[in-house]
Amino acid sequence: MVKELFYFLVFPGLLFSAVIGGFLSWFDRKITARVQFRQGPPLLQPLYDFLKLLLVKETILPKRGSQLTFLLAPVFALFGATMAAVFILLPAFGIATGFAGDIIVVIYLLNIPSVSYILGALAAGNPLANVGASREMKLILSYEAPFLLVLLMVVIKAGMVISFSEIVAYQQANGAFIGSVSGVIGFIVLMMCIQAKLALVPFDMPEGEGEISDGITIEYSGTPYSLIFLAKYIMLFVLPALVVSLLMSGLPLQGWHILWSVLKILLIVLLITLVRNTNPRVKIRQAMRFFWVWMNLLALIAVILAIFGL
Amino acid sequence: MGLKEKVFKKSLWLFHLSAGSCNNCDIEILDCLTPRFDVERFGMKLVGSVRHADVILVTGIVTKKTKKRVLEIYKQAPKPVLVVAFGSCSCTGGIFAEGYNFEGPLDKVIPVDAYIPGCPPKPEAILAGIVKLLNK
Repeated sequence: MVKELFYFLVFPGLLFSAVIGGFLSWFDRKITARVQFRQGPPLLQPLYDFLKLLLVKETILPKRGSQLTFLLAPVFALFGATMAAVFILLPAFGIATGFAGDIIVVIYLLNIPSVSYILGALAAGNPLANVGASREMKLILSYEAPFLLVLLMVVIKAGMVISFSEIVAYQQANGAFIGSVSGVIGFIVLMMCIQAKLALVPFDMPEGEGEISDGITIEYSGTPYSLIFLAKYIMLFVLPALVVSLLMSGLPLQGWHILWSVLKILLIVLLITLVRNTNPRVKIRQAMRFFWVWMNLLALIAVILAIFGL
Repeated sequence: MGLKEKVFKKSLWLFHLSAGSCNNCDIEILDCLTPRFDVERFGMKLVGSVRHADVILVTGIVTKKTKKRVLEIYKQAPKPVLVVAFGSCSCTGGIFAEGYNFEGPLDKVIPVDAYIPGCPPKPEAILAGIVKLLNK
């Protein structure tokens, strides 16, 4: 029991992934600033933002709308992100836990933050938040299918096992999946899905700040908003870790491997940041067509190639 | 300086409220986010919703039509919030001070923490105002 609580609260759960995620969020903002030839924020900026929202600012509840749901949604989002962190990071670090089939649990856990944001936005009773929530729903509907197909491709390549630790162990024994044709195609599709899961440009229409002024989080202030920030920091670490453990043979923590693990995570976040800095926001219709037609097609090709062992 | 005060000053999020301006000040606010001036190095960023705001930048004169809205926006912001009168119009009324629809300078309507005069203020003046706000 103590061990599980330690896993959940300290390592690799809440505390560890929040600190790393905060660092990655700073990294993302700093790279963005350097791309635009700016100086960028200081290293502790994510901590300042989080503490300011948590300690200083007032929490305002919506007058029309469900206040309990509004307050509980960020807690659920944080819980889902932390559970996903535990289930993904433990096998990625090579700590032998988990059970056969934890990959299916992770599919559901990764959706909990997005669904909680939708619930919170619909409980806020704000028309712009409702628009953001409906866009987020459509986004989930579009990126889930290619995401599942890529997971299927990984499962086929690993010899029909549905456990994270076995997939990571298989890659460490036989080479990373990204070294094959289907692996490269799967990597491209997975990166696009992650971009949409994190709601970053070009798929940031749920919170397009220009048109619907932060959309799903428009009514949040103070402590609930700080919890949403924390969940977003954690997701910014967990989803790159998911890519690394599915396609790039995990994050081993022995000796020199630590350096490689850090570089893998930084590389994935760098790619996400560069995509978000070099693209405009697309319309929701364009995003749905992009995922349903092109990404599904690519993912299907990857699955077929994986069946033939390429 | 306590922890609360320190984290508040290190992460001021700006909300931009145009009360009745000619859009000149609004363009100058965007200038501050460009590579040359870059207020993000002080931890500032523009936010879209007033619920996330720490600083409300009010540009333009407060007219009879917008007075109600300015008050409403100020009430919607989570406290503590700082208000900056941005540009000559919101500081004093500027060339519209004699206008038939002028409802007085901004500090007659809501409490103001800093004044940045100019028509429009230069980005250097805006940065100087921000530094004064941080040292206040």
